[in-house]
Amino acid sequence: MISFSNVTKRYHGGHEALKAVSLEVQPGEMVFITGHSGAGKSTLLKLMAAIERPTAGTVLVNGQNAGSLRASAVPFMRRNFGLMFQDHKLLYDRNVYQNVMLPLDIIGYDAADAARRVRAALDKVGLLGKEKAMPVTLSGGEQQRLAIARAIVHRPSILLADEPTANLDSAYAVELGELLRSFNQVGVTVVIATHDEQLQARLQPRCIVLAQGRVVT
Amino acid sequence: MKNWLRQHRLCLTATLARLARSPLTSLLNIGVIGVALALPLAFYVVLVNVQSFARDKSPAPQISLFLKLDALAADVREIDNRLKKHAGVTQYVFISRDQALADLKARSGQADVIASLGSNPLPDGFVIDARDNNAAALEKLRDEFKAWPKVEYVQLDSAWAHRLDATLQLGRLIVLVLGALLAFALVAVTFNTIRLQILTQRAEIEVAKLIGATNPFIRRPFLYYGALLGLAGGVTGWLITWGGLRLINERLTPLAELYAANLRLQHLSLPDTLSLCLFAAALGWLGAWLSASRHLAQFDPE
Repeated sequence: MISFSNVTKRYHGGHEALKAVSLEVQPGEMVFITGHSGAGKSTLLKLMAAIERPTAGTVLVNGQNAGSLRASAVPFMRRNFGLMFQDHKLLYDRNVYQNVMLPLDIIGYDAADAARRVRAALDKVGLLGKEKAMPVTLSGGEQQRLAIARAIVHRPSILLADEPTANLDSAYAVELGELLRSFNQVGVTVVIATHDEQLQARLQPRCIVLAQGRVVT
Repeated sequence: MKNWLRQHRLCLTATLARLARSPLTSLLNIGVIGVALALPLAFYVVLVNVQSFARDKSPAPQISLFLKLDALAADVREIDNRLKKHAGVTQYVFISRDQALADLKARSGQADVIASLGSNPLPDGFVIDARDNNAAALEKLRDEFKAWPKVEYVQLDSAWAHRLDATLQLGRLIVLVLGALLAFALVAVTFNTIRLQILTQRAEIEVAKLIGATNPFIRRPFLYYGALLGLAGGVTGWLITWGGLRLINERLTPLAELYAANLRLQHLSLPDTLSLCLFAAALGWLGAWLSASRHLAQFDPE
């Protein structure tokens, strides 16, 4: 489903975030990308979603070369993904319902179908009662769940999460782990960049360990 | 198709809401565009009025036909007959060479000089009013008369028309140059407005792109905004000229009455008004498109 072969990413200024990385993620797998901060975890996720392009090597997603896609084709490729960012990237001038509606608006869903899906996604993360609330009024855990609802509302085949438990206390982190597991169980490929060992111990996923831009195991 | 229409409808209402959310900024922007458009518009309106006024009030151009000096009374009668029968001639006056000389004596006050000439240097002549007053028809008549026997020279009295035409062309040029300059101003104003909007909506655009929004999708609300801004500016420009004309007409009507004339400046015709609105909206759209295309590129993958 996702395959990297000899992928190198060098940033302006010469810093090499990834060095000749090769890896495979199978459909329906749950994979953790772990390692110290600065090891290249976030870069790996960004290359998967074509947020950045590799300096060398190829990134294949569903058979498409994510590194050399035309700019106009990138949006359609990204719709395969549900993305969860470290800083959530919620829109603070829109309410909960509108935040979750955004991906469906972008894809151009039929209005009634979209409303049903938004409710289903909010129900799944337990925010159905807070449709009209603004994101700033939500707790950290609720904001995280809102970000999940937005990431999965269009039923992506791959869920990418960057440090999903970074700002959560342990009770919320457990809850979040269960949510991620439940998506994986219905067939969603889940790739998580994290250094949360408790989460790792609970979910028992396959781990890809990065150190200084190289795959260690 | 239904979804596509729905997206456009949603986008339009969202854009209107955005205009309403910052009313002062919107009004100022619209005002700037309106004033910029009002200037060439006012020129254009005056031009159109002068044009139609000139068409109504100008004296019909005349054709002067001069016979050769050796023309006899029989030749004069021949020409007289032909003019009488000619379908393109409404009326004509014969001025004999003796009468012309007498007129010249009386008018120029140089009787002595003329008396010293010995013989009369002036030819017999006809002054002719044509039925059709456009330049082409008049020139055709002139060429026809020239070919008649014993005709020395045919003069078309069209200098006046040419002068007016030249003046109007100058006016048209001024309108065109002003229009082009201020159209540029309109594009610049929308360009800048959209640039600011993109800056303030960075977060939203970034998220939308990450989630898989295409550039046309992101650009669309900005294009609507630009077009609406241009359209509102066009309407404002129209209203400004309308107000100006009303003020002028208030003064002009009593003045014209003193000269027993009926003089009122007319505002833009309906087709002109519609093309103004369309043109302003198109320019706003263009400014927005340029700005959005330029500033959205920074969100593409590195």
